[in-house]
Amino acid sequence: MARITAGVGCSHVPAIGVAMDQGITEQPYWEPVFEGFEKSREWMKEQKADVVFLVYNDHCTVFDASCIPTFALGCAPEFAPADEGWGPRPVPVVKNHQVLASHIAQSLILDEFDITIMNEMEVDHGLTVPMSVMFGDKTVDDEWPCLVVPLCVNVVQYPAPTGNRCYNLGKAIRRAVESFDEDLNVVIFGTGGMSHQLQYKRAGLINKEWDTKFLDRLTSDPVGLSQTPHVEYLREAGSEGVEMVMWHVMRGALDDDVEEVHRHYHVPASNTAVGHIILENVKDQGKAK
Amino acid sequence: MPLKKDYEDIPGTFIFDADKGREGYQLNQFCISLRLQKNRDTFGENEEAYLDNYKMTAEQRQAVLDRDWNRLLELGGNIYYTSKLAAYDGINFQQLAGLMTGMGNDAYRAMMVAGGRSPEGNRYQSEWDEKGDE
Ligand SMILES: [Fe+2]
Repeated sequence: MARITAGVGCSHVPAIGVAMDQGITEQPYWEPVFEGFEKSREWMKEQKADVVFLVYNDHCTVFDASCIPTFALGCAPEFAPADEGWGPRPVPVVKNHQVLASHIAQSLILDEFDITIMNEMEVDHGLTVPMSVMFGDKTVDDEWPCLVVPLCVNVVQYPAPTGNRCYNLGKAIRRAVESFDEDLNVVIFGTGGMSHQLQYKRAGLINKEWDTKFLDRLTSDPVGLSQTPHVEYLREAGSEGVEMVMWHVMRGALDDDVEEVHRHYHVPASNTAVGHIILENVKDQGKAK
Repeated sequence: MPLKKDYEDIPGTFIFDADKGREGYQLNQFCISLRLQKNRDTFGENEEAYLDNYKMTAEQRQAVLDRDWNRLLELGGNIYYTSKLAAYDGINFQQLAGLMTGMGNDAYRAMMVAGGRSPEGNRYQSEWDEKGDE
């Protein structure tokens, strides 16, 4: 049976991808951002994950305003990096576990999560930056070391799905994965955030205290954390900080009992507080390695 | 009864909700079209002619031509869309924030390196009104 054994929370700032693509990660500005991912790359290798279930959002790149699905599951065979206005990122095409993805789609809908099925989709920095920070530099000629099932969440047009909905969707994703016959080790990523505001006169807002509490409560009080109202993200963590609802999908898919094995927090990367956490299901610890 | 908007008293911020989405639809669709190189080329040849393809308001059209970044947001633009127009001009997110805040690139970047804009005094419009900010 397939199992979700661990979760990763991770910012997906586009400038992080640019820094990697330009090879400037050792510059003093970037060095402290990337330092915190060195351990994560080692950890990622140890997991020998077969599949990453990657929760992210599109930033008005692939999805225009004509159709705005709240939850869209990638069911295509592969997902190419999209041109976001600067040309596509020079990273590998993302390959899906298509049979698992279509199984999850069916299972979720019967479980009353009416997701949108994407049989063709490109992916933007929301997906490729977490892949790059967790797996390291790759060129277009390389391959990512594992398959990826992407779940794209609307967090651009208000309202994003509630934290509660996201948390419960995580539970449904877990049920779906566990009802899949193939023996697969699945690691789930929740991406976006942390505090940041990109727009208008309050741009640049960062709330380290709030972010820290959010990271703490992922372990100590995940259910309470998932009840955070949207207006609190918007006011306290900046208008684009609401992306953090996607972390609840990741958290919901894990056991109640998790151990935080790694945390990294740094301000800034461009306009954003970079936050990163790794959570392991206590009962699965050591099994996959 | 209309939905209550509990997020309208956040200063210096637009929440891109359904009303904004409706208002800015044509403008945002124009912006996202620039993510493709062939459209960037066509826009570059003749901006006015390219804009004729989108039924935006005269004000929105003018704000595009003027690259009036804050006005674009006031008129229903969303930052992820307007950033595509900025990218066309070679302006990245951080430089765009320098423009929208009126701080300029160096001061804005320095603020971010020093830990960013504090939430203190920046949570409620009333706090800005007291300081005499907009
Ligand atoms: Fe994002």
